[in-house]
Amino acid sequence: MTAPLLSLRNLTKSYGPVRANRGISLEVGERSIHAILGENGAGKSTLMKLIYGVETPDEGEMLWKGAPLRLSSPASARKRGIGMVFQHFSLFETLTVIENIALVVPGQRRALLSRIRALGEEFGLEVDPLAHVHALSVGERQRVEIIRCLMTDPKLLILDEPTSVLPPQAVEKLFDTLRRLRDGGVSILFISHKLEEIRAICDRATILRSGEVTGHVDPRDHDAHDLARMMIGRDMPEPLPVTAAPAGEKRLELIGLEDTPDDPFAVALSSVNLTLRAGEILGIAGVSGNGQAELAAFISGESRLPAARREQVQMMGQPVGHLGPAERRRLGFAFVPEDRLGRGAVPELSLTRNSLLTAHPLGLQRHGLIDRARAAAFTADCIRDFDVRTPSAEAEAGALSGGNLQKFIVGREIMLKPKLLFVAQPTWGVDIGAATDIRRKLMALRNEGMAILVISEELEELFDLCDQIQVLRKGTLSAPLNARDTKPEEIGRYMMGAEAAREALSA
Amino acid sequence: MNAIEFILAGMLAAATPFLLAALGELVAERAGVLNLGVEGLMALGAALAFIVVYHGGGHLLAFVVGGLGAALLALIFAFVTLGLQANQVAAGLAIGIFGQGLSALFGKTYESLTVKGLPKLALPGLADLPVVGGLFVQDIVVWLSLLATLLIWAGFAFSKAGLVLRAVGENPKAAHSIGYPVMLIRLAAVLFGGVMAGFAGAYASTVYTPLWADGMIAGRGWIAIALVVFGTWLTGRIFLGACLFGAVSLAGLAAQAGGVELPSQLLASLPYLVTILVLGIISSNRRLLKLNGVASLGEPYKP
Repeated sequence: MTAPLLSLRNLTKSYGPVRANRGISLEVGERSIHAILGENGAGKSTLMKLIYGVETPDEGEMLWKGAPLRLSSPASARKRGIGMVFQHFSLFETLTVIENIALVVPGQRRALLSRIRALGEEFGLEVDPLAHVHALSVGERQRVEIIRCLMTDPKLLILDEPTSVLPPQAVEKLFDTLRRLRDGGVSILFISHKLEEIRAICDRATILRSGEVTGHVDPRDHDAHDLARMMIGRDMPEPLPVTAAPAGEKRLELIGLEDTPDDPFAVALSSVNLTLRAGEILGIAGVSGNGQAELAAFISGESRLPAARREQVQMMGQPVGHLGPAERRRLGFAFVPEDRLGRGAVPELSLTRNSLLTAHPLGLQRHGLIDRARAAAFTADCIRDFDVRTPSAEAEAGALSGGNLQKFIVGREIMLKPKLLFVAQPTWGVDIGAATDIRRKLMALRNEGMAILVISEELEELFDLCDQIQVLRKGTLSAPLNARDTKPEEIGRYMMGAEAAREALSA
Repeated sequence: MNAIEFILAGMLAAATPFLLAALGELVAERAGVLNLGVEGLMALGAALAFIVVYHGGGHLLAFVVGGLGAALLALIFAFVTLGLQANQVAAGLAIGIFGQGLSALFGKTYESLTVKGLPKLALPGLADLPVVGGLFVQDIVVWLSLLATLLIWAGFAFSKAGLVLRAVGENPKAAHSIGYPVMLIRLAAVLFGGVMAGFAGAYASTVYTPLWADGMIAGRGWIAIALVVFGTWLTGRIFLGACLFGAVSLAGLAAQAGGVELPSQLLASLPYLVTILVLGIISSNRRLLKLNGVASLGEPYKP
């Protein structure tokens, strides 16, 4: 029997008191698509950093084709034949595709050009080598990353959550590429938390929980329930209850919202229309980078319209396009931004102080001074009601895990009793338990008559939560689709645009 | 010689101190390091070079000593900002003031002394042209500076090294992850910037106005930094900006000689004003700034 391509034996890595990886052992065979399955925070990323030489393990050893492997840097990993496609791409936006590739791959420009085209055809990775990266879609960028890795002839390709940025049809295309690569002799480490995908493409799976291996399985022999149990250590949470409620009055309306930004990298919005009523959850789907950030800023009030066009954004029946965030909040608007650290909360401040950021109108201050007792009481309520796991209300926000901080921020905004709640990426980087808690809360509030707008990249989440879904693509919003009788593939078609979808189907 | 001939003949020499310093700063900034100490680096280079020429060491040695001295100071800056991840703005200002202080110390006993500059070399044929002929009669340093401009432009446009430098400046994390030694590249860029600032100072004190006076750099380091920013990190624009500055300062002199009644302080401030205005207007194009700007400029990076 030959030695496996890569073996890990008892790898351990700690960051200060946090033991991110504990005694991890696994083997990746030749021509295998091997899944690393785990929740956010289970230690997947740390493990990949060890294998790609970004970090060195505290203990344990790695073997490459049976021989000890010591990596001091990503460059040394690449030299051995280990390539990695990052979740947040490591491309240079102001350079062209071929320049990005030339940074990693030696060779004449003309030779590179023809190799890029040849690889593109062979593995279904078409991309214009002369385009600037900032002008490419997320899917195209991913193809560039994969091509760049392939041009170094890797034996092992690591893909970190590769499907999280892709519409469903593009996922199929990626899988097709990966199968062709495997048949061509490349092993793949596929990091994901999406069970169905792993069952669809992987022949082995290693499951991580809290930094430890909880199972080595063939994912095709197990159903999603089994895998989930190994991943989160208990049964999957029940699906959320849905009660149909008659929709109430309009709480948010965008009427032909448009804007052309000065910033060349920002997305222009054109004729964006939506209507959100009381007792309704409206989801905005779409691959990020299609105007989500710009649209969110116009709804939150961080970007304002000139007074002449203030009618384009209406809240509680009033034109608010020209108003700032504080004025909109006074009308009963609350907002959970997508980045927790820096916009949703101040990492260096205690939870109590973070409460004050948006909850100060609830009598947490008197004569312009902080009312400590009330602020502490508010924070304690939030921590209790929303099950925020924290040593105390005085803990720094930045010290909480992603899930707990998100619960705190969502809780803080909900306690303002808004009429209109806007949540961007409600469960991004949040563990499944906390994600379920947050979604349940949102559903309950909807049933009580709150109007909720959600922007999310996770289609499953939108289908769980929303009554209506609209798709944002290239700064334009689709017509609303009823979430109960629309298929994910249909949403996917809108995400890609009709033309691209036809191409993907025929490919 | 009329005013136009006068300006054309002197423009390149007047531009050279700015050009040399700005090219060095361009390379450092392209790698993501903002060095605000250029003024002090130039002053130190100027003082050291003057001392060498005054004691008969010759101009070649003067430029070597000036360049190395400034590079040594830039090394301290690099140690603090790259090694210790200190704030680049604060460290640059401190290094700049330190350099000016050092130059005053070294130059104390040479105050108001003069040396002999460099002879002008004429390009045969071109130098005899009417009106523009003066453009082609320049000292060797001017010719070499033009060559350096061309090389740096070509380096950014065509070479792998230029590509790597831009990559490091745009996204040091990604550059590290694909295996480039970000720290070493930044260190090299900062040292190059130091050498060029030293050359710029040496040119100012031993060729352009071959005398030593404390404070003789007179803000030229700051203009060089402004040229880089307003030139949107493009070599050609920085060159044009430097020439513009040289031309306007000579135009002021010509106007004075021609009997225009303006306060000399106003005339002296004119080039600064014109350069900033013109380049400010050019660089107001946000698209250009975003495409050519350096995304990680001034941000400490630790791999």
